[in-house]
Amino acid sequence: MKKKMFTKIAAVSVIGGSMLLSAACSNESSSTDSKGKQEIKITYRSGGGTNKGLTDWLNKEIIPEFEKDHPKVDVKLAPLNVSEGDYFAKVALMLKSKNTAPDIVTEDTFMVNSDASAGYLEPLDDRIKDWSDWSNYNDSVKQGVIAQDGKTYGVPYNTDSRGLWYNKDLFKKAGLPVPWEPKSWDDILQAAETIKDKLPGVTPLWMNSGKATGEATSMQTFEMLLSGTDTWLYDNDSKKWVVKGQGLTDSFKFIDTVYENKLGPSLSQVLNGTGGAVAYQQLMPKGKLAIGLDGFWQTGNWGESGAAPWPDAFKTLGFAAMPTQKGQAPGTTTMSGGWALSIPKNSKNKDAAWDFIKLASSKENNLSLLQKERNLTPRDDVAKEQSYQEIPMFKEATEFLSFTHFRPAVDKYPTVSTQIQSLVEGVVTDKITPEEAAKQYQSNVTKIVGEDNVIEK
Amino acid sequence: MSTNTVVSPGVTVKQKTKKDHTLLKSVLFLLPAWILLLIFFVGPILLTFYFAFTNLSLTGTQAKSVEFIGFQNFLTMFQDPNFRISVVKTMVFLLLSAVIGQQVLGFILAVLMKEKNKTFRRIIGIIVLAGWVTPEIVVAFCWVAFLSDNGTLNMILQQIGLKPVTWMYTFPMVSVVIANIWHGTAFSMLVFQAALDDVPKSVEEAAVIDGANRFQVLFRIVLPMVKGSIVTNMILVTLQTLGVFTLIFAMTGGGPGTSTQTLPIFMYNQAFVNYQLGYGTAISLILLVIGIGASLIYMRSMKVEI
Repeated sequence: MKKKMFTKIAAVSVIGGSMLLSAACSNESSSTDSKGKQEIKITYRSGGGTNKGLTDWLNKEIIPEFEKDHPKVDVKLAPLNVSEGDYFAKVALMLKSKNTAPDIVTEDTFMVNSDASAGYLEPLDDRIKDWSDWSNYNDSVKQGVIAQDGKTYGVPYNTDSRGLWYNKDLFKKAGLPVPWEPKSWDDILQAAETIKDKLPGVTPLWMNSGKATGEATSMQTFEMLLSGTDTWLYDNDSKKWVVKGQGLTDSFKFIDTVYENKLGPSLSQVLNGTGGAVAYQQLMPKGKLAIGLDGFWQTGNWGESGAAPWPDAFKTLGFAAMPTQKGQAPGTTTMSGGWALSIPKNSKNKDAAWDFIKLASSKENNLSLLQKERNLTPRDDVAKEQSYQEIPMFKEATEFLSFTHFRPAVDKYPTVSTQIQSLVEGVVTDKITPEEAAKQYQSNVTKIVGEDNVIEK
Repeated sequence: MSTNTVVSPGVTVKQKTKKDHTLLKSVLFLLPAWILLLIFFVGPILLTFYFAFTNLSLTGTQAKSVEFIGFQNFLTMFQDPNFRISVVKTMVFLLLSAVIGQQVLGFILAVLMKEKNKTFRRIIGIIVLAGWVTPEIVVAFCWVAFLSDNGTLNMILQQIGLKPVTWMYTFPMVSVVIANIWHGTAFSMLVFQAALDDVPKSVEEAAVIDGANRFQVLFRIVLPMVKGSIVTNMILVTLQTLGVFTLIFAMTGGGPGTSTQTLPIFMYNQAFVNYQLGYGTAISLILLVIGIGASLIYMRSMKVEI
């Protein structure tokens, strides 16, 4: 009996082992497919309505056009169906190996520096030199794809701004002014309190607050607050991280107040990776959410081809600028990021990949993507197009760019950002107080970037 | 072997060469397995030791130029309040779900099923085993479906007029502990069933004749006799539970906050969320040390050798 069992186990492990080996070997030749054509693989994030516009645009417009011009190249989509927090780790792992690296990868601009420093990405300077379109790109957006070594590692395809989505109907019902122009953080809290009192069953204020929502928690919540205080994450003059400052504590305090006073959604909703989809695809269209601090691109959900079509969205909703903490100059604040197309160093078809990026980034194609995606353009010439300016709310969102902030372009930022996320979740779940969060932020960030690279303000 | 001495010397020599032959043969046949083990098992373990002392990172400059940093990772770890929280959470999870939950429940089931009707044993056995054969991720989904805000449990509560509870947020540790008990009890039950079947009936009968009641028989006679199985089971269950990742990750993600952040989750977060592979590896070594330590403690305290 025992012996039989042993033989069985041995047989299974031998088969398993050889399968592993053969699987490892069969991956070797991924640059050409079975028909002998060259293959370009594009990796981006999908799932739960994420990047629906991008997928549509690639499938229906760019890929057919590209394959017509390049009959010898097959373009394959290889989306990663993961949460925002997991996407970057997965991409980093894929880029590490020749066997798994795609030929084009969409990178959030805050990761470009980090992945470029790790040697995962191909510098594009030589290619960009001969590409006339590059001069049409907005200079501040270009900064986002330049790494510490001064080289360019990606071609941006969108940028964005953030603000306060609010439901005008609910505001009127609660007796709040429309259009809403909050002047300080207290104004936001007061409006939320009024909604809570007057409209039971409506979630007053939604902010991304958990680890599962990843970068959205850092950028759409914490940094939107922090950029309105007198403290900022990074001191550009001394090139050091600011690890102590009243603004840090106050930002944690604001988040704490929202949940202590029950102005936010239930934790089981907001700490979930699908929180964003619940808020903007379900609650907001149903009139169950009054205020949402989030990105401009959420409008993409409500368009005809969006995940939750809502024709009245632009009549019902307003997009208010985020006020600074106490109304200090310039009175309002926002954060900008954006995504870029990059070529991994381990890609086997870099030339074809570059051709694809050039085509996808042309003026017409970029405009068509942004109409689908409802995001802002990185190209100055697209921004001047009439059809671009006519898209609902593009005017407001573009105006926000005049007082925008960017994330620190330093390769340690992604790690600092995940610290922010877990501290915010800690505050929200009452595991730590805002003061403790600020203290832990100081010690954790000091550990990450080194004692020589921090200052207190 | 002892037969060798009886036969003439010539035959022994012949047998010796034959023996060498078999040795060579077995070495030859085992070689592929050894090489595979070396590459896929020993290699990673050695690498783990090495990386635990480096600042290896998933992205950023440190992904390209790995530096040896001595005990820095371990120093960081012992100063990190989150590490301490994780050790406590791991101990709570281990104690409640494995040592107490699975063991005690498994033992009770085994005792109750002992010498019962065969069909009864089979039916109960299959039901309990269903939890064991279900893959961890499926177990997690079942429990999420049962405990989530709009899950089965809350539906039932609402039907009988009670308010729904956000189970996995209000009682996160209890939720994952119950799920793990449900998943793992069958294993302990099987081990104890086998052990109890080995206890000779005559011993128990003798004790009863001497005037022992049922509990005395169980605690004074049966338990000491199956001590060895208890320790073995304890060690196996402990090591299994220390490594539980999928179940907790899928159910609560280690949250809310740090409520269910056991060491494997903490390790994953450091390595793949915070991109600090070196630090994550150092945590895995600590996990290994805890596993070895716990096993030694069990063996010492129960005075059993394995």
